[in-house]
Amino acid sequence: MSDREPIYLDYSATTPVDPRVAAKMIPYLTEHYGNPASRSHPFGWTAEKAVENARDEVAKLVGADPREIVWTSGATESNNLAIKGAANFYASTKGKHIITIATEHKAVIDAVRELERQGFTATYLEPEPDGLIDLAKFKAAIQPDTVLASVMLVNNEIGVIQDIEAIGKICRENNIIFHVDAAQATGKVKIDLENLPVDLMSFCAHKTYGPKGIGALYVRRKPRIRIEAQMHGGGHERGMRSGTLATHQIVGMGEAFRIAREEMATESERIRMLRDRLLAGLQGIEETYVNGDLEHRVPHNLNISFNYVEGESLIMAIKDIAVSSGSACTSASLEPSYVLRALGRSDELAHSSIRFSIGRFTTEADVDYTIELLKNKVSKLRELSPLWDMFKDGIDISKVQWAAH
Amino acid sequence: MSAFFSNQVYLDHNSTTALKTEVFEAMLPFMANQHGNPTSRHSFGRIARAAVEHAREQVAAAVGAYANQIVFTASGTEANNFAVHGICSNLDKGQILTSAIEHPCVSRPALAMQANGYKAHSIKVDNDCNINLAHLQKLLLAPTDLVAAMLVNNETGVIQDIAKIAEIARERKAYVHTDAVQALGKIPVDFFALGVHAMTVSSHKIGGPLGAGALVLDKRIDIQPLLYGGGQEKGLRSGTENVAAIVGFGVACDLATKNLSAFDVHTANLRDQLEIGLAKLKAVIFGYNGLRVANTSFFSFKDIEGETLVTALDKAGFAVASGSACSSDSDKPSHVLLAMGVDEDLARGAVRVSFGMSNTQEQVQHFLTALEKELNRLRNLTSIAA
Amino acid sequence: MAYSDKVLDHYENPRNVGSLDKNDPNVGTGMVGAPACGDVMKLMIKVNDSGIIEDAKFKTYGCGSAIASSSLVTEWLKGKTVDEAYAIKNSAIAEELALPPVKIHCSVLAEDAIKAAVADIKAKQLAVKVAA
Repeated sequence: MSDREPIYLDYSATTPVDPRVAAKMIPYLTEHYGNPASRSHPFGWTAEKAVENARDEVAKLVGADPREIVWTSGATESNNLAIKGAANFYASTKGKHIITIATEHKAVIDAVRELERQGFTATYLEPEPDGLIDLAKFKAAIQPDTVLASVMLVNNEIGVIQDIEAIGKICRENNIIFHVDAAQATGKVKIDLENLPVDLMSFCAHKTYGPKGIGALYVRRKPRIRIEAQMHGGGHERGMRSGTLATHQIVGMGEAFRIAREEMATESERIRMLRDRLLAGLQGIEETYVNGDLEHRVPHNLNISFNYVEGESLIMAIKDIAVSSGSACTSASLEPSYVLRALGRSDELAHSSIRFSIGRFTTEADVDYTIELLKNKVSKLRELSPLWDMFKDGIDISKVQWAAH
Repeated sequence: MSAFFSNQVYLDHNSTTALKTEVFEAMLPFMANQHGNPTSRHSFGRIARAAVEHAREQVAAAVGAYANQIVFTASGTEANNFAVHGICSNLDKGQILTSAIEHPCVSRPALAMQANGYKAHSIKVDNDCNINLAHLQKLLLAPTDLVAAMLVNNETGVIQDIAKIAEIARERKAYVHTDAVQALGKIPVDFFALGVHAMTVSSHKIGGPLGAGALVLDKRIDIQPLLYGGGQEKGLRSGTENVAAIVGFGVACDLATKNLSAFDVHTANLRDQLEIGLAKLKAVIFGYNGLRVANTSFFSFKDIEGETLVTALDKAGFAVASGSACSSDSDKPSHVLLAMGVDEDLARGAVRVSFGMSNTQEQVQHFLTALEKELNRLRNLTSIAA
Repeated sequence: MAYSDKVLDHYENPRNVGSLDKNDPNVGTGMVGAPACGDVMKLMIKVNDSGIIEDAKFKTYGCGSAIASSSLVTEWLKGKTVDEAYAIKNSAIAEELALPPVKIHCSVLAEDAIKAAVADIKAKQLAVKVAA
């Protein structure tokens, strides 16, 4: 069992680089090593041309103009740049209140928290138990001085898709800058920024079979959105983001997004079939709960709680598959997933959640192996679990008075 | 690795360097099957984590610091912004002093801090590109949060006495940052000996990949992050680690330290050869009287105008720079030369040659021949026009 | 997180899993922790008339370290007097399993479970005496 490579089902944490992407990147590491900002010799020109081709590819996947794409080092930087950059730029004219969602990625939440320390106020809207936002509640959260709203397109933990179009319309009506974190969405859902009422959108490559360390921020030109630069220097990226561009990584992101554009439709269908197979298999286990809405959700993600089994011990039991409990970024802490808690899941269900994320290289055999493994290990851990005994004895665990610990 | 433009001689190593073969080989697995996110706890994640931590040790060893003092960033630019913004944001609003020859990614964040109520001032340099210590001492009479002075200037290659600058600044309770991006791999860099609180290094200037840099930090200072999120780098720099680039950076650091004296000897010979030739052609060599790193020569000709020479040299097959790459876009003469008191016309025509291990004496000879030919041609043009 | 070999061994082959008859006057039960905290330990000990622990069983809902801690103490408890059991310190458990700092609370929980089980058996015995 342990002599085999673990099965990778953690595509939402990071994806492997597609071999086609790696092949495209390598010449820019080994041969075309120019600094794209060097204007005085062809080493720089070749690099610059590659960077601009990649910008076109990124723009094409999301229905944007290439001039609306600003390179960054990843979604974290894109989110920080969009939120801090727009809030600071528009604070004096629009106000200092920000709306975001309690289930956003930490890069959004913590950027907003930093703005709070600078004197902004913020509303962290709780989603409904299915993970989706109630539009009426969103509307109600708007204040006269609301400057910015930030809502993610696809949630990293539960994969639910928010109604960005409707939220964007509300923002437009209320003259609010609208930022969308789409790090988990590219290659999974169709994005058409030409028609979506979105002002700023964050992307990264390494969740879409591109390299780590590269991302982009979409900054709308019509109507023109302004952001205050967070990184100053040589004035790259029209002054919005300085720093030497990593040509090979940009080339990798361009190629990854090109592949996503061309293969998204067929790939999503295949992944949906795998997800359905996994879901059917796991639902054969008693007391399992799917976290988040199944309808408005990318097929790549399946987040399930196995009641009466503690999450970390479950992860340990299934080490032949690489999955995550909660988001990768918070795995180091002992706290249960804040996303699941925001959905109103009990702590124990939040603790026993596993995120399976399926991707380009997942096979049917991987899924079948996973189902069998889960069946065995969940049953073994439940034999060990005093809570399972209590459940079988008909005791309602939520009514038990637990000693403080 | 060989340059793709086989007929083009690369003389712009201060802008970026070719990736070293050993570095590429070390990176490859992390661009293929070792694709884990270092924060993930499964085996893919643990392998990535171990690779990042090993690279941290390598970078620390190259700069004379401990591994826990290294904060990885996406670039030198980011590390410089992080240092200036991060250190000052947690201090009372005092002044930020940056030397007049700093890279814009140090001076501009300082200027940007003025919007938050800080004051930014520039420290003068002399004609040889040395920071004017008397001016620094005078500026330090006002309460100062940070003094930022680069260890090696990217354009002239002049080395600053950072240890002395740090001593002076510390007497006035100011923090000190040094941008050592152009120093690493060219001269010994020892964080503790320099006595600074923060120091920036970058991967792609030393044969590593683009996409990785680091800020070396005195652990006692309280620095505010530039990027918030998943809490990577002990909360100081959020964002999924660029594992492949970081691994490459680590190996490049190892190699840079190992090859330091070979680099020095090799490029010093080439530069001497170049500058003997330049003297015959009546070039003005900037920073010539300063203590310089061995690989850099920055020069101009009194009777040759603007960018014409750089363009002509490019056509003749030599990749050189006209000032720093980042400002290549603008027509403004180099701010470094202006700070050194060089007249604008002379500064506008400046050419920077920066050597690497792949350059040869033969290339220098060819370069000098081509240069002489171009100079003659351009001089004839001007004399006809006149 | 890297687990020690001993934690892995106890986790993969837990000793003394199960329950004893909770109505047996010689059986003491300790249930500590809370589902909300991510761990619940149930420890049962059977004490003979000379005050020696004859048998110990556990069930644990919790991480690998929590399972290993409770498995380990069931091994340690057998043959000890209740007073000796009461004296077991969490530090000894943590040391034996080489628990990392973030997992020390698992050993604390195991110590609490022993103390709760001992308290329960003492209360039961007292009740028997009072009834007699």
